[in-house]
Amino acid sequence: MELINIKRKLATARRGHRLLKDKRDELMRRFLILVRENKQIRREVEKGLKEAQAHMAFAGASLKEEIINTALMLPKQEIFVDVKQQNVMSVLLPEFDIKYKSGDENDIYSYGYAFTSSDLDMAVKSYADIAVKMVKLAEIEKACSLMAGEIEKTRRRVNALEYIMIPQYEDTIRFITMKLDENERSATTRLMKVKSMMLEKVHRYSERGEQLD
Amino acid sequence: MYKIAAVGDRDSITGFASVGFSTFSTDDAVEAKKIIRSLANSQYAVIFITEKLLQLIPEEYDRYKELPVPAIIPIPGVTENTGFGLYNVGKFVERAVGSDIIN
Repeated sequence: MELINIKRKLATARRGHRLLKDKRDELMRRFLILVRENKQIRREVEKGLKEAQAHMAFAGASLKEEIINTALMLPKQEIFVDVKQQNVMSVLLPEFDIKYKSGDENDIYSYGYAFTSSDLDMAVKSYADIAVKMVKLAEIEKACSLMAGEIEKTRRRVNALEYIMIPQYEDTIRFITMKLDENERSATTRLMKVKSMMLEKVHRYSERGEQLD
Repeated sequence: MYKIAAVGDRDSITGFASVGFSTFSTDDAVEAKKIIRSLANSQYAVIFITEKLLQLIPEEYDRYKELPVPAIIPIPGVTENTGFGLYNVGKFVERAVGSDIIN
């Protein structure tokens, strides 16, 4: 019967609601931790980049543009990332693992020192230092972005269940129960009426002037 | 094996060439859009882009927002920094919580 179906649906909705709520809370907890880290690491990266860019500007001021271009034309070192996926509360977060092309990660200077100034060395060094952090930033920021999306979705689902689906089911159940009760009552009254009519026919109470009980 | 790219005006990104990021210099929004699309299709996991340039093409940022790769990350350039990077992180919080509660 429809009532049983709806009661079943309501039970499922309630359970789903509880589960989703738990998911949302846990996601939120992790997200807030991650976002704090994100902000901090971003500040560090931005500061580091500013320094690196300042060194680069010094180098650019003291050297000719062609010399810098030639010096950096063929980079010795190359950074790759290995992408792994980590499943956090059914959100797939990427993990970036840094891999260097050559074995020695400090092997960063792609030029001889004869025609360049130390400013360029400093710039290259600071860029190399900041690069690792930047990849870390990329990983965390992507994770934050994905998690924010997931939290938003989960929150919508929780609210939809809580404020729309569950009240609707409850209303329907109440309506059906009342209708059934009403039917039952009217059936009882009808029976009582029929019974009294039959008794009336058999015993002829009214003719004997007796009261119906 | 995925690679890392840096996109932006020339002054801001030449330095990244030294550490082995692939650099693509442009000032133009349309061109940047093309670069990002081709990078996304060719094994780039991380794309660093200057704040200034990214603000010209927010729709490209949104397009890859829900995908695990590539990660498009705004970085400050040499000039015209707006603090968009941090503002953007605040946006995540706003999206998840409803308002930016972390300072």
